[in-house]
Order: sequence, then structure tokens, then C-alpha cells
Amino acid sequence: MRRKIYSSLDSAVADIRDGARIMFGGFGGAGFPNNLIQALAAKGTKDITAISNNCGTRDGELGVMFKNGQVRHVIASFPGPHSTYFQEQLAARKVTLELVPQGILCERMRAAAAGLCAFYTTVGVGTEVAEGKEERVIEGKRCILEMPIHADYALIKAEIADELGNLTYRLAARNFNPIMAMAATTTIVEVDEIVPVGSIKPEHVVTPAIFVHRIVQAKGIRYAG
Amino acid sequence: MPDKPRLTRDQIAQRAALELPNGAYVNLGWGIPNLIADYLPKNVEVYFHSENGILGMGRRARPGEEDYDLVDAMKVPVTLIPGASFFHQADAHLMTRGGHLDVAVLGGFQVSEKGDLANWKIPGAKGSGGIGGAMDIAAGAKKLIVCMEHTTKEGAPKIVRQCTYPLTGLTCVDTIVTDLAVIDVKPEGLLLREIAPGWGIEELQKLTGAPLTSVGRAPEMQFS
Repeated sequence: MRRKIYSSLDSAVADIRDGARIMFGGFGGAGFPNNLIQALAAKGTKDITAISNNCGTRDGELGVMFKNGQVRHVIASFPGPHSTYFQEQLAARKVTLELVPQGILCERMRAAAAGLCAFYTTVGVGTEVAEGKEERVIEGKRCILEMPIHADYALIKAEIADELGNLTYRLAARNFNPIMAMAATTTIVEVDEIVPVGSIKPEHVVTPAIFVHRIVQAKGIRYAG
Repeated sequence: MPDKPRLTRDQIAQRAALELPNGAYVNLGWGIPNLIADYLPKNVEVYFHSENGILGMGRRARPGEEDYDLVDAMKVPVTLIPGASFFHQADAHLMTRGGHLDVAVLGGFQVSEKGDLANWKIPGAKGSGGIGGAMDIAAGAKKLIVCMEHTTKEGAPKIVRQCTYPLTGLTCVDTIVTDLAVIDVKPEGLLLREIAPGWGIEELQKLTGAPLTSVGRAPEMQFS
């Protein structure tokens, strides 16, 4: 069996180099890999391209990465009204932003996951997000061309992993996590619980183990360096 | 005529609730649309969709009942109704974009006479702004209703010939419910369907930036 279980948060993120492109799961406070984010903050990786729905809530979630000045570029859908440190960095031109409609953010990651080179969509036609994009008419509808979003790493949160890396999620904490797991070269998941292989019924697996590379159990761990 | 009474935000929501057919799959956006769930007629059952991957969202959680893994698109803890399901964000937006939702209701800053919608950024506002799910929803809902005040706080029309605010989508709005009227966007222009109690068409037209037509005298707005 391939060894995917890491004994510490630090070891799970130890090789993430400066300039890495990283997807961060989570939406609306649910499903954020908060412990992995704290470990990455402590490691001090810089010049990160962060791909996430939003940009933190004050210093919570991704907020600490902006507070520390670790992010250089953001691809996001809704940075959020309380993304204080991101907004400061953006105003100071220390970070750049590409705003993407939320469903298109998902599909661009899925295109990367699926080995698709690009896709056309009606979403965003005639708006700011269409600027500079190829446009054509398909079946009578104006469409724009959207490119895949690749990443070196996905940092995600699941509820349960088996030792192979099959994952299940709790309630609406699923959100972006399964999509990012499929899209990144290396997927690192923090979970509440790791169970023996065979404990999760095959038909209940949400993210199949093939998409998961590193597992760290983090429930109850308050990151302390 | 600034002192003349207009509908409250709750009354706009109450009127918009009547636009939801029984059994519909519905997405409610931020602002006034979020109030609609409280005003569903007793005989109408609809299934609420949330862009973070919930179908069958119930009422808001009561104190002590909150679970922060079960929140709506505004981060508010909610409950589920029997038969609810979870799915990931891509499937949630496959539903919005792919024409699977019967009705979506969004807030608006401006709607044009062609049904263009601007609802995500005010020009000159501080900060990054954020699109969220609005563009996907605008592009794909079978029916898109916009709930908003008829004019800005300064009295400028929000229903206009052409939007001047950053756009959310082109020719996507079907119906506008405001504190003064219910208006359908038709290929030939804006059709006034109902008007707020005490208001006349001429004074409404003065607060509207594009021509309104009506079939005969538009009736008073209904709330039940």
C-alpha cells in the first residue's frame, strides 16, 4: 500500500516551494483546511498563487496568508467583505487578482482535472470577465473561451479518509474540496478521522483515493508550530 | 414625490414570493431575495438550492441548533428539509448554468430595458468587489427575477435604457419586482404588470429610465 498518511501538518506541507500554485478548499466558513493553512503560514512559503473562492475572514482561513504577505496572485470568485488583509494588500498593489464567476472557477479547475484544453461558455459574455477572451457564436449564443486552471497543490478538508485516501465530507463542507482534489498535481487533505481500508462503503466514497496524495489527521489539533 | 409611501423590502419579497410555482427548484440571492422564503404561500412548496452544494435547504437554524458545516451562501447556518441532498460546488453551478433551476431571484443595482443586469459592483466602490455565483445564475436560470428598490437612495432610476454599472449578464432578466411595480422584460420592451398602491403610471414613468407600456390600466400589486 502506498504510504499517504503523514504524521504532522508540517511534514505534509514541507516541500511546498516559493511560487507554488495552490488551491484552497472551503466556502462560507465550512470546509477550509485551516490547520494546513496554519502550517503553510508557519513554513513561510512566499509568492504563492492562491486559487480559492474567497480570501479569508480577517486573519481566519486564508486571511493569515495575506497578513503574512505570502501571496502574490489570487484567482477567486468572491474575496469577501471581511477579507481585510487581502484588501489591504490589493490596495497596496502587493497582490494581483483575477476575478472569476464561481461556477466557471469550478469548471476551469475541472477542465484541468479532466485533461480538457479549454471550453466555451455564455457566462460572463459582455462583462468585465470577457475582456481579452476569444468570443464566438455557438448554436446562436455568444460564448467566451475559458482556459483550465492548474495547480501544484490542493489543500483541502474532508471529514473521513481511509488509509488509501478515499474521502467523505461532512454536510455542506464538501463545496470546492472534491473539485480541487481532482485538479491539483498533489492533493493534501486534512481530515477529522482516518479509518482502515474498507470502512467506507465504496458507494459512499465522494473523492476516490486516486486523487489524494497526502493525508493528515488534524481534528482538535490547534496548530502550535 | 419622495414622501409618497413605497413598499418595504419585506413587501417586495412578499410580492416576489407569489412568482414561485409549486414544486419549483429555486435559488435566492443576497439582499431582498433572501427574505422571500419567509413569505411563501401556505399551499406552495418549493425546493431551495444553495450554490455551495445544497438542494432542499430549510429554514435558518435557531439558536443552539447551528452547525457551521451547514450554511447557506451568506454563511448563515441553515437546516434541511426531508429529501435534501449535498453535492460539490461544480454540480451546484451545473444546476444554475445548465437550466435546471426553475426560478432564480437576485438583487440588482441596475436592470436595462433589454434585461441586462448589473448587480455585483458599484463603480468607484472601495475594494475588490466579488462576482460569486451571480454570473452563472444569470446565464442559466429558466426564469430570472430581480428584486430591488425602484430608484437609488439619491432618486436615480435603477431601471435604465442601458446599464452603466459593471454587468453581470446580458438579456437575462425576465421580471423585475420593485417597491413600486412588477415589470416584465419583453422583447418589445418593459411591460408594467402591476403598480404599487396609490401610484399612477405617469409618476412611475418619471422614476423609470426606460419606457413602460401596459395593457390597459396596470392593476394594483397583489400580496396573496
